[in-house]
Amino acid sequence: MICNVCQKNEATVHLTQMLEGEIKKMDMCESCAQQQGVDEPGMPLVDLLVGLGPSSSEGESQSKSSVKVLSCEVCGHSLADFKKAGRLGCSHCYQVFEDQMDPMLRSMHKGIKHTGKAPKNFKDDRALRDQLAKLEKDLHQAVEEERYEDAAVLRDSIKQLTASPELSDEPSVRP
Amino acid sequence: MNLHQFLTPIQDICRRPGPFDRIVLTSRVRLARNLKDTPFPGRASKQQREDHLQAIQPVVEALPPMKKGFSSDLVSLEDLDRQLLVERHLISRELAKKKQGAAFVLSKDETCSIMINEEDHLRMQVILPGLQIKEAWKAVNKLDTLLEDKLPIAFSGRYGFLTACPTNTGTGIRVSAMLHLPGLVIAEHMQQTITAVNKLGLAVRGLYGEGTEALGNVFQISNQMTLGETENDIIERLNKVVVQIIENEENARAKLLESNPEMLFNNIGRAYGILTNAHVISSKEAKNLLSLLRLGLDLGYFPDMDPEVVDELFIVTEPGHIQFKEAKKMSPEERDIMRATQLRDRLEGMAKPQMSTASDEDPPSEDPEGSEEEEGPSEC
Repeated sequence: MICNVCQKNEATVHLTQMLEGEIKKMDMCESCAQQQGVDEPGMPLVDLLVGLGPSSSEGESQSKSSVKVLSCEVCGHSLADFKKAGRLGCSHCYQVFEDQMDPMLRSMHKGIKHTGKAPKNFKDDRALRDQLAKLEKDLHQAVEEERYEDAAVLRDSIKQLTASPELSDEPSVRP
Repeated sequence: MNLHQFLTPIQDICRRPGPFDRIVLTSRVRLARNLKDTPFPGRASKQQREDHLQAIQPVVEALPPMKKGFSSDLVSLEDLDRQLLVERHLISRELAKKKQGAAFVLSKDETCSIMINEEDHLRMQVILPGLQIKEAWKAVNKLDTLLEDKLPIAFSGRYGFLTACPTNTGTGIRVSAMLHLPGLVIAEHMQQTITAVNKLGLAVRGLYGEGTEALGNVFQISNQMTLGETENDIIERLNKVVVQIIENEENARAKLLESNPEMLFNNIGRAYGILTNAHVISSKEAKNLLSLLRLGLDLGYFPDMDPEVVDELFIVTEPGHIQFKEAKKMSPEERDIMRATQLRDRLEGMAKPQMSTASDEDPPSEDPEGSEEEEGPSEC
């Protein structure tokens, strides 16, 4: 059996854990296991399994170099901090560590898209987007049916809506 | 007003009734929220934590449901007071360890408690007696909605409410019910129950949550997943599971009475004997025996006893409460003696359990709403 981390040496350390009713396994050689801190007592196994992503084979060197570089400009939290503590440093970190978030959240939760409560101002914003999407669809249809007068009206409404300052990609997260 | 003057006497708290409170001790819903674009408490500097606290605490204190409540930072709390609050589930063990830049606000009736700068900037919880998960959600949701107008809360359309730990992201909700399950434990069905509950994505823990032992046959059931489903889905599922467990517990009790009443009577009788006669008793032993006494009460074997007394003793025999009553720090040995004294005093004059085998007489009603007026089997 080959080590999951370095893909070179014989795996001698075998980790098995139940996560959300699924069995997750990792096989590692001794030196990789040591690097990952498997022999440390109280090591957060979940973080290790999750942090590496599902059967990660991207190659260690790549992830190592990004560990050094990637850090949050708002709070200074680095990817290494994140992996070590399993905690984010601030709300902006969710954008900075975007690539790590989805696989991690997928392993922890039912889905990776929020469907629950949203703050009121965000809901208004969502309504605005829905309205915009509908107008664009109507515009498209008007053009296709060569109703150019209608199309002009629709185009103006869209312009007016997109000019409103509240509309941004991530209204509540962006500084 | 200091904390001791503010806190409702424990016997009054135990007297608050709730649906299915023979088995469901409390229902709790908590929400995790953060300020956006500023470090979470774990990452923040001392100064930043202070600044966040200054920004949040006055806003929380001014919320209508928190009016006339109690608000304090952790620095000005004595160690014993912290312990007292943890034992009443009003603050978390994690908050109790913090000093600089952390605070909590309690509502007048102590059902709402808001922690500032625990793992997240804000942890709001509502705790109600009995099975009232939906009511607790309604109340905490209201608090949250009031707060969102006043503070810039971190929220993303994709991930929902953003929290320090990714396990809380999304709804930021933790729904839990505290259950007393002596029947399932004695019948050795608990492991099976835990496995089944885990399969539904819910966690089973001990009295004080994560990493604690299930003392006194008390188990906490809570959701683990917070992202990808709505608050209502989570609440409905937990509620359903709790209702099922109540039924299983009732069945386990009925079955024990039918198949092995002597064993059950023996357990309850011994618990009565030890609790009313011990001179040294640990917190753990006291809890486990009080659990059996509570079971005896539920089954109607202590017709003259005030049913809230056991719940009260469950809390006042905790280390923090004992020292609070004596108004001094005590060694574990001193506490064990004091605990036994308090138990003997409080249970003094309590009549022996009136138990008879099932063949003599049917056990009292298994109606989950059964009240204390029910007469137990009278001749013995």
